[in-house]
Amino acid sequence: MTTMTQTRGRRYSSPGVLGGMGRAFLLAAYSPRFLFALTVFLLILSFGFLGPIILGRHDALMTVGGLYDKPSSTAWLGTDNFGRDVFTQLMYGIRTSLIIGFIAGSIATTLGLLIGTTAGFVGGTVENVLMAITNVVITIPSIVILILLSIAISTRSIVVMGMIIGITSWPWTARAVRAQASSLRTREHVDIARLSGAGTLSLIFSEIVPFMLSYVVMAFVLQLSSGILQEAALSMLGLGPSGNVSLGIMLQWALLWESVRTGAWWAFLPPALLLTLIAFSLLLLQSSIDEIFNPRLRRS
Amino acid sequence: MNAPSTQPPFLETQNLSRTFGHGAQLVRAVDRVSFTVRQGEIVAIVGESGSGKTTLGRLLLRLLDPTDGRILLHGQDVTALRGGKQLRTYWRKVQAVFQDPYSAFNQFYTNARVLSRSLDVLETQPSREERLQRTIDALREVGLDPEDTLFKYPHQLSGGQVQRVMIARALMVSPELLIADEPTSMLDASLRVTVLNLLKDLRDQRDMTILFITHDLGQAYYIADRVLVMYQGQMVEQGPVEEVLQNPQHDYTRRLMSDVPLLRGRKSFFGQ
Ligand SMILES: Nc1ncnc2c1ncn2[C@@H]1O[C@H](COP(=O)(O)OP(=O)(O)OP(=O)(O)O)[C@@H](O)[C@H]1O
Ligand SMILES: [Mg+2]
Repeated sequence: MTTMTQTRGRRYSSPGVLGGMGRAFLLAAYSPRFLFALTVFLLILSFGFLGPIILGRHDALMTVGGLYDKPSSTAWLGTDNFGRDVFTQLMYGIRTSLIIGFIAGSIATTLGLLIGTTAGFVGGTVENVLMAITNVVITIPSIVILILLSIAISTRSIVVMGMIIGITSWPWTARAVRAQASSLRTREHVDIARLSGAGTLSLIFSEIVPFMLSYVVMAFVLQLSSGILQEAALSMLGLGPSGNVSLGIMLQWALLWESVRTGAWWAFLPPALLLTLIAFSLLLLQSSIDEIFNPRLRRS
Repeated sequence: MNAPSTQPPFLETQNLSRTFGHGAQLVRAVDRVSFTVRQGEIVAIVGESGSGKTTLGRLLLRLLDPTDGRILLHGQDVTALRGGKQLRTYWRKVQAVFQDPYSAFNQFYTNARVLSRSLDVLETQPSREERLQRTIDALREVGLDPEDTLFKYPHQLSGGQVQRVMIARALMVSPELLIADEPTSMLDASLRVTVLNLLKDLRDQRDMTILFITHDLGQAYYIADRVLVMYQGQMVEQGPVEEVLQNPQHDYTRRLMSDVPLLRGRKSFFGQ
């Protein structure tokens, strides 16, 4: 009896969430769609982060040839308008785009989760005020803030870009999370937790958030993808991170130096294709996460 | 049983009311309900779907604020209790079991965690060892093997087992009053009797007072001493169970009765 109490006493303190998560990970292994999407995304990730190290390309802005040199054995994807290696730029461009997307996605998801859960769970005046703020922010496009900011300061770092995109894109997550939280609020396990003496914070973190976990992961993946695309759109308009290469900035240069008209496909096609591939793999990842967590969508 | 008239009743409601919505959409879910309950009584609240039984239960649990009226426990007005700290003192005395044990269970938690957590409502937090011991005792009390069930998740148990765990949870703090809102309606017939008998034992052994909410007159007849009949938010009839069911006064109770097989002693409902 004592040994049982002791050996199990250790498990007794282990968080129960792991049990549910463990099951989800097990199921992930059986979803080919999930595995495919994850593989594609991880390949892109390692291309951006490990590629430059493995291939020894340390400077994306170094001149190696002339204006739009054709692909060759030294410059695998030719050179850009300044005679810089496109292949090297692609690796660094993906890195910048992913970092910005990650910062934007993290900020947007965290803010959206906090604001949405509070509004949906607390309800009443708090909900009305938070949703009014959300609806105001939703109408402010990040481009306006970026234009104002580029007037105010001369350099935009990667972190600043990510933050601006994140701060302007949380409202969508907040709205969706609010709807989820307010339907979860009326579930009986929330009442049981209250009767068990749980305070508001404990209710939110143990009775609401774990039940939205799959939803939050999906929201993050979507925010990551839309953050990367927003960065590309802003960079093409010349509002990208200064002193850096990103997929959007590569497209901007290609457009400005008329690579399309001169037939220098290697300058615009690779970044455009990679952007599409990133967005596609993340979308596939997002929809297969739903498949893993939602038993009704699971394929047999 | 005959308490001196100076002593306040164990539980009393006075014109307890709760409305939802405004204007044309106004719903009087609970409408000026007054009744008293003695200590150690099992009282059934019966009524059709939408008659306000669950709302009344949630009001009595102080999970929902009344729009009017009062609730008195031991003569003390508990409708005035506000905020987590005051309500926790109330929830040490009043606990609940709900209809759907799976949705009442946090699916990410083991039985041990859900049960041990219910002790958070106490004023002084027991030690880990004491929590575990009380969890084990509570599981035994509802007829479950602690070794077998302690670290299981709800999806690893049958509906009847999960509902017994939820009853065990309610017993953890040794409440004086248990409000059971259709605790058997998701269970099949054989488990139903087990749960009903378990509740009866709790009253007999712990002198626990039980409010048993049901839409099933048969179960009310099997378990209760007294019955309160609700219809469209109002309490239309109340009295000792035999009296009400064998000589119903209100039209609605008569109609309810016509849906139930003829009453010939308590056991006839379960074909035993
Ligand atoms: N949160 C709420 N908001 C609006 N209306 C509500 C709410 N809760 C209950 N009601 C309404 O109050 C009335 C009584 O509902 P209640 O759930 O108390 O009935 P019930 O007797 O428990 O029914 P059932 O047997 O189906 O469980 C219904 O008309 C219901 O629609
Ligand atoms: Mg009900």
